[in-house]
Amino acid sequence: MKIYKAFLVSLVVVLSGAVSAYGLSEAFKGNIYQTGKLKPTDSILRVKVGEISPDFTLSAISGERVTLSQYRGKKHVVISFVPAAWTPVCSDQWPGYAILQDLFDQHDAVLLGITVDNIPTLFAWTNQMGKLWFPVLSDFWPHGKVADTFGVLRSDGTAERAIIIIDKSGTIRYIDVNDINKRPFLESIVEELEKLKG
Amino acid sequence: MRRFVQYAVVAVVVISSLYASAAQPPTSGDVMPALKLVVPAEREHRAYLGLPSGDFFEVGQVKTDVVILEIMSMYCPFCQKEAPNLNDLYRLIEGTPKLKGRIKLIGIGAGNSPYELKVFREKYQVPFPLTPDRDFQTHLSLGEVRTPYFIGVRIEKGAARVFYSKLGGFEDAGAFLEEILRLSGLK
Repeated sequence: MKIYKAFLVSLVVVLSGAVSAYGLSEAFKGNIYQTGKLKPTDSILRVKVGEISPDFTLSAISGERVTLSQYRGKKHVVISFVPAAWTPVCSDQWPGYAILQDLFDQHDAVLLGITVDNIPTLFAWTNQMGKLWFPVLSDFWPHGKVADTFGVLRSDGTAERAIIIIDKSGTIRYIDVNDINKRPFLESIVEELEKLKG
Repeated sequence: MRRFVQYAVVAVVVISSLYASAAQPPTSGDVMPALKLVVPAEREHRAYLGLPSGDFFEVGQVKTDVVILEIMSMYCPFCQKEAPNLNDLYRLIEGTPKLKGRIKLIGIGAGNSPYELKVFREKYQVPFPLTPDRDFQTHLSLGEVRTPYFIGVRIEKGAARVFYSKLGGFEDAGAFLEEILRLSGLK
């Protein structure tokens, strides 16, 4: 009987989890793949706050190659890892960052958006978001190598929904591996950037 | 087995209620669902809505004849694109003596924090109230609509009834206002 009870309770919990925690813009029409509720986090960090960040170079959808260390001594860097293109919460995250260039400029910071999708997929997806001012980088091949270096590559090959802030000296100052099913609130990023002022 | 059936019935009822709560968007003629909206922090916006003191309000409490709700988000590209049109609509209403005070606009930020709405407001110079729906509860009550989504509500004797419910923005504030006036019965 306990097995029956546990099964039914599990069923209720799983189905109640199907109630979403994201909004979807009409900009994406019906083209978003519904992932359902996922395990909140599914990786083990390989970096810590206070360490020098591992360096990397990735291709952007603009065609340029972007290297983390090119910002050393010049800008703070906010890395936004998102799990996958054309999925609900990810499609409800970067479009907000599209209107924040002034805010990042005020904090002497740049934003790098990274997913493990390939360039053509990222190109098509981000075209639906309007004009993005920040580099959108592909960590497709070797698959998820940069995400894995930071310890935010999930067991299914997608990335975590993570924010990593690196200061001008290349030191990691903030790591937030967010619940993949929820978008991190903007104020958590801005509060950390405020701490880097001066 | 009898016990299992009892548990199964309970599970079905609970699941059904959960899905019933994941409502459909309101349609024209419906009574507006009871929404617990956050009272705006800005004094001028509380005055604009004519709200009594308190932390939350319902649409039917707004001192006006018609409320236009926009379900929006700082994270929605079309809402960003639509923002200037909403500002035009607000100015058109406020600049028409016969309409000023009779139609009020409210943006509901689906999944947005007060800070995120502040950023949106400053970016687009939004003159009307934006209320946060941080945990998507209002969005859920309104059928998890895509954004932007507009709901027109007629308020008479404290009762709020939907007369307009539509996905997507409008390109011309004047034409949209004409439609609102016609459908609401204000004209």
